[in-house]
Amino acid sequence: MVRRLKPLHAKLTRDLWRIKGQALAIMLVIGIGVALQVMMTGLVASLSQTRDAYYERHQFAQVFAPVSRAPEHVAGQLHDIPGVATVQTRISGMGLIDIPTREIPVSARILSLPTHELRHLNEIRLTAGRRPDSGKSAEIVLLDSFAAAHSIVPGDQIEVTLNGSRRTFDVVGTAQSPEFIYYAAPGEMIPDDARFGVIWIGRPALAAALDLEGAFNEALITLLRGAVVDAVLDDVDRVLEPYGSPGAYGLADHPSDRFISEEIAGLEISAKNVPPIFMLVAAFLLYIVTSRTIQSEREEIGLMKAFGYTDTEVSGHYVQLVVIIALSGALFGCLLGVGLGRMTIPLYTTYYKLPFLLFRLEFSSFVTGILTSVFVATLGGAFALRRVFRLTPAEAMRPAAPPDFSKAGAVGSHVMTFLDQPTRMVVRRLVRQPWRMMGAVAGIAAGMALSLSMLIIYEGFDTVLDRTFNVIDRSDATVSFVTNAPVKTIFELERLPGVTLAEPVRNVAVVLRNGRRSHSGAVTGLAPQSQLFRALDSNAAPIPLPTRGIVLSTPLADILDVGIGDRITVDIREGSQMVVSTRVAGIAQSLIGSPAFMDIDALNSLMGEPLRVSGAYLSIYDGEQDAIYTALKGMPMVAGVSLRREAEQAFQEVMNQGAGSSRFIMGFMAFAITFGIIYNVARVAQDERARDLASLRVMGFYKSETAFVLLGELGAVTLVALPLGVLLGNGLTTLIAAGFSTDLYQIPVVYAPKAYGTAIAVVVGAALASGWLVWRDLGRSDITLALKTRE
Amino acid sequence: MAKINEADLAKAYVVEELTKTYGEGRTAVHALRGVNLEIGRGEIVVLLGPSGSGKSTLLNILGGLDKATSGSAKFGGMCLTEMNDRALTMYRRNHVGFVFQFYNLMPSLTARENVELVTEIADDPMSADDALHLVGLGKRLDHFPAQLSGGEQQRVAIARAVAKQPDVLFCDEPTGALDSATGRAVLRVLQDVNETLGTTVFIITHAAATAAMADRVIHFADGAIREVVLNKERLAAEEIEW
Repeated sequence: MVRRLKPLHAKLTRDLWRIKGQALAIMLVIGIGVALQVMMTGLVASLSQTRDAYYERHQFAQVFAPVSRAPEHVAGQLHDIPGVATVQTRISGMGLIDIPTREIPVSARILSLPTHELRHLNEIRLTAGRRPDSGKSAEIVLLDSFAAAHSIVPGDQIEVTLNGSRRTFDVVGTAQSPEFIYYAAPGEMIPDDARFGVIWIGRPALAAALDLEGAFNEALITLLRGAVVDAVLDDVDRVLEPYGSPGAYGLADHPSDRFISEEIAGLEISAKNVPPIFMLVAAFLLYIVTSRTIQSEREEIGLMKAFGYTDTEVSGHYVQLVVIIALSGALFGCLLGVGLGRMTIPLYTTYYKLPFLLFRLEFSSFVTGILTSVFVATLGGAFALRRVFRLTPAEAMRPAAPPDFSKAGAVGSHVMTFLDQPTRMVVRRLVRQPWRMMGAVAGIAAGMALSLSMLIIYEGFDTVLDRTFNVIDRSDATVSFVTNAPVKTIFELERLPGVTLAEPVRNVAVVLRNGRRSHSGAVTGLAPQSQLFRALDSNAAPIPLPTRGIVLSTPLADILDVGIGDRITVDIREGSQMVVSTRVAGIAQSLIGSPAFMDIDALNSLMGEPLRVSGAYLSIYDGEQDAIYTALKGMPMVAGVSLRREAEQAFQEVMNQGAGSSRFIMGFMAFAITFGIIYNVARVAQDERARDLASLRVMGFYKSETAFVLLGELGAVTLVALPLGVLLGNGLTTLIAAGFSTDLYQIPVVYAPKAYGTAIAVVVGAALASGWLVWRDLGRSDITLALKTRE
Repeated sequence: MAKINEADLAKAYVVEELTKTYGEGRTAVHALRGVNLEIGRGEIVVLLGPSGSGKSTLLNILGGLDKATSGSAKFGGMCLTEMNDRALTMYRRNHVGFVFQFYNLMPSLTARENVELVTEIADDPMSADDALHLVGLGKRLDHFPAQLSGGEQQRVAIARAVAKQPDVLFCDEPTGALDSATGRAVLRVLQDVNETLGTTVFIITHAAATAAMADRVIHFADGAIREVVLNKERLAAEEIEW
């Protein structure tokens, strides 16, 4: 037997159907908020749990200690350091892989694999083939993504230049590793699978090639539970200092880990801060919709109360309406969030080389999303429901008196004399309901700020691209040498046909200190009047490198908390191993990394190694590149060549992929918020003023003139929201840029007109769309019916 | 805008075989079933009849608020039944005023501004102040509807309707929401308007006694005119008993 719906349930169903447009708009806003929450929380869980499991299963080290050359027995001393659990030594070097299809060789990190089969630290994960046979020195394992980028499979051979000598190796396997989840070519920020390789090779073979038999040049360390990382790092540095240590670092400073951990941290921040904006907007919308419903149903409420329904029962009816909308929105959001999460995962796997990455549903985010939606919805509804409690049945069943505009009418009465009557109606409504109008303005402005800030950030990346590749670095190619070379090598490069300019560079590993603050990195020595690579001030003017003193990049000056004129300690971690004090002579802008610059001669004299270079910047004639690259390929002292054009392209590709979809999503969100607000405000206003609007039509006003009275206030709300949205957006951008900028990369805030134009267009577009829907219905409404019904 | 035909000057409206049907087939509701009628200029016409008898439908069509299904309704030389929306809007703007049971004032405008709403778009209006003086509200010009009694609100509505100096005034239950004394005062105002401005006035009412102030009383039943009574003498509004 089919049970008939209880009358209140039937009313609820019909009410929902009547306000379906508004309900859908609110569900959309709630849905997006919950979707973001589910997606971001899921991504955080997916990335962090996969990362942690990967680290654990493959015994990723917690301390990394590079050294020039230390005898193997030093490992025992490291093991004795309090807090150290295991120590494993290895050999690490750089080489050049000759890819036949490429004009220039590809830089590669070369790492030793222990000969024994026991589990070891930074264990590789074979994706194809096998590990090298301990007895066969020509067998290597290649980084999986690099092999795939060049279609190299186990069984192929590759040519590698190692320590100046060229050899042929057999690729017997491909692998991934927890230390290369995110990796980019040295000095670059964006990974490009094709341009940076990693080779694993049996330790004896690598030791022989690099002249490190019986010694190591990197120690990997794991720690006991509760060990203090900084204390261990200090002890490790002390043990390794005599052997030329540039300074040990912990997992938190490991480049690959930093990128993925900062991505996770950024997502966590967003997951906490972005969804609440949508929830607040939804609460506001539910408040105005419930208020209107209650206002228009005051007679029914009076009647129900007269029949003996309690306040709670009557309120419960309206709470159900609100909760149904919130729950539907939240459930839609959960599904959308899972869908978005699954769509986003492939983007992550492009840049983060994890063995697997599945979108992990966080059940708790479902619960949080649903509970939050229901809570904010009830909160929004509760404000409106206070009116139900206040109404006595008799009062409710009397027709409502006209809303009192006498106070609003007093506002700006001298200005009013210049306005026609329809405009006065618009102005007085705005003045009479300041909270509702401010809520609408704030909501639209918040939505706009959200999209504007993301648009500005993405415009900022174009600036990074331009400044980094066209203003700071104007070279066509950067050459690095196997060891420090005499300065005459630069002249040799300059004599290559087609090279128009060659400038020296010397990179020296240092630890910069100011009191307790320190930073491990490198100092870049440049020619004083360097043209191809320059230190630039905040106005993009070149900073002349002084013969005394150091120029720090902005993030480095921040880390060390110093300004121009302050003194810092430069702890040189190679060669002379000197510790000197020097003055900060300038602050250079930098968007990628946190470099420090010195005059190359000054740096060389600090090192006690005059006229040495570690690389060169080249400017090359168009059309001569191939001949030059062939010549470079044949030079044994060349350890690597990187082309500015390729680095720029890789950056551009990432921006196009990631930024493209994010721009779209952010635009859609701003549209949804604006549409949700304006459509609801418009519908409520239309409903409240049906009689006013019909009266105007009866008096002989055209539809367009009538629409002005209704849409004028929405236009005003939108117009006020636009400048506020711009201000909020600028503020939010500054916060985001500051929050996400690290010493790895800086996010510039570039107030590009395009970003503002797009954000404004989206808001105005959403306003027009909701205005059009209301306008369409204005023509359909029955004017005589509206006039005869009692409000 | 078509000019009013001089030959038809004596007739405000000529209605022939006017029908209005809502819906189709078995569910069709015949609100007007072939109404024929002639109304002279300057008459006060009272329409009586039970709810759903068709009087409001006729008023809506004559007022340019609704369209007929068939037949014709002419105002002067203009055929209302052939006009499009825009022409009907102009007709309402220039020739007719409306007064409704629930006043329909703009709550956000003062009494004077409510009237100005109309005078701003009319061709040859009287001043808003004059219109409000005409209905006896000269001292309540700057009050908002919320500050006025029901009778006062209805008088503002009448002032708003007559300020454009319309040819015709349509009043649908103008006293329906008022007590008898206030209702009588409102009827007095309508009579004044008719006498001073020569406006043709249509009044729909359930109060049969109101018929005594009319020139012509039309009784409706089932979508048709059952009887038309022409009064030889009109009573003053104050003399009406109800």
